[in-house]
Amino acid sequence: MTVSVRDRVLDIIAQQAVLEVSDIDPEMPLQDLGLDSLGLVEAVFALEEAFDIEIPFNANEPENSSFDISSVNAVIKAVETLVAARTA
Amino acid sequence: MKRVVITGQGTINALGHDVATTLDAMRAGRSGIGPLEFRDVERLSIRVGAQVRDYRPEDHFNRQQLGLYDRFTQFAMIAARQALTSSGIAFDEELAREAGVVIGTAGGGLLTQDENYRAVYEAGKNRVHPLVVPRLMNNAAASHISMSWGLQGPCYSVATACASSNHAMGQAFQLVRSGASRVMLAGGAESMLCFGGIKAWEGLRVMSKDACRPFSADRNGMVQGEGAAVFVFEEYEHARARGAEILAEILGFSMSSDASDIVMPSRKGAAAAMSGALRDARLAPEDIGYINAHGTGTAANDRTECAAIMDVFGDNAGKLMISSTKSMHGHLIGGTGAVELLACIMALREGVIAPTVGYREADPDCPLDVVPNAAREARVNAVLSNAFAFGGLNAVLALGRS
Repeated sequence: MTVSVRDRVLDIIAQQAVLEVSDIDPEMPLQDLGLDSLGLVEAVFALEEAFDIEIPFNANEPENSSFDISSVNAVIKAVETLVAARTA
Repeated sequence: MKRVVITGQGTINALGHDVATTLDAMRAGRSGIGPLEFRDVERLSIRVGAQVRDYRPEDHFNRQQLGLYDRFTQFAMIAARQALTSSGIAFDEELAREAGVVIGTAGGGLLTQDENYRAVYEAGKNRVHPLVVPRLMNNAAASHISMSWGLQGPCYSVATACASSNHAMGQAFQLVRSGASRVMLAGGAESMLCFGGIKAWEGLRVMSKDACRPFSADRNGMVQGEGAAVFVFEEYEHARARGAEILAEILGFSMSSDASDIVMPSRKGAAAAMSGALRDARLAPEDIGYINAHGTGTAANDRTECAAIMDVFGDNAGKLMISSTKSMHGHLIGGTGAVELLACIMALREGVIAPTVGYREADPDCPLDVVPNAAREARVNAVLSNAFAFGGLNAVLALGRS
């Protein structure tokens, strides 16, 4: 059984935000999950490690990074794109 | 309480191997930031920094010394030697017994650690050089300065991340002011430009991939530097009696702790340190003409620092000149406040304000005069030097014209 990228991303974000996956609404912005700047950096690291990808994320201006973090869904999509690029 | 003056200064950093060359670069707005050169740099995503270039350790030290001196100690020794030479001070037995050294450094002998971890972990060696421990310890630089010039008074190192050298110089100031010592060597040294050093910083994702642009709306993070600066702090009457040239007077010092977050800066903590330094120096906000900002080039620091300056200076904030020389010499972490004090002394002595280079676009959150891109001539009577460290530790010095 393979776990989808989506489920793994949700798992990682839930873990960083100290929430249950079931409590996460994928339309929610990350800061609404209680992820502060350090939590965000840790989540990005966890995603990179889990998927063996490089995420273009600058903590100075998270909103202006090319990595879209406007919502949980946006993160899932961005990770899917990076994973696809790696395996292509 | 005694008055405390600065009678000697020395430095080696990316802008130059001495004070004159460094100040020339600051006057010209020349940056020392460029491509990093060291082993495995191609495995880093951050490849720019302000490295000390054209440096040959064997020009300065013999083989025995090089076995004992990590690069940060070498830098501190070079700066101390210049500072002592420029001050013209001589230590008789009595003075040497009370004279001391306080050196700020965050990483200490980080290059020594990096090299030796590589040897045992990567190369699988089971033996390291016998002097690894005395090379890497944080107090190595302070101790070697003490040993080389026979200074037997208070001698120690201070490690408060990016505020280390301001804390070190502040404590040395207090030792002279209180009468505990008539002469202190004080400053900071850092050398963490190596694979492991930068790899750790990459993780925080606050580093720029191209340039340090403090206060500019398009800034994208900090750039690391390396080097040292050391000063001779001397009790005023002692300096006057021997006819020493006085470069500046240290008027006050203040420290505060944010007690809030391990990485995010606090407007309140920064403001407390600045207003504390003014109070300690018995200065009013309108007395200050220039602030050498912490100005790391991260959004979090620059916005918080500007807001704190506006809190402390109110209507006077608009009349102040504020610059971040990190845009030229990079962020020397534990050594940065010491190199930045050179710019403060230049402002007081020569009436030249070092610029914030790389500035391209105004940021509405930083609506202050940041002396963009070109040095400026201006007479100032008193200045502040800010340092705000990870861990929420703030240290601000106030200096006046001699």
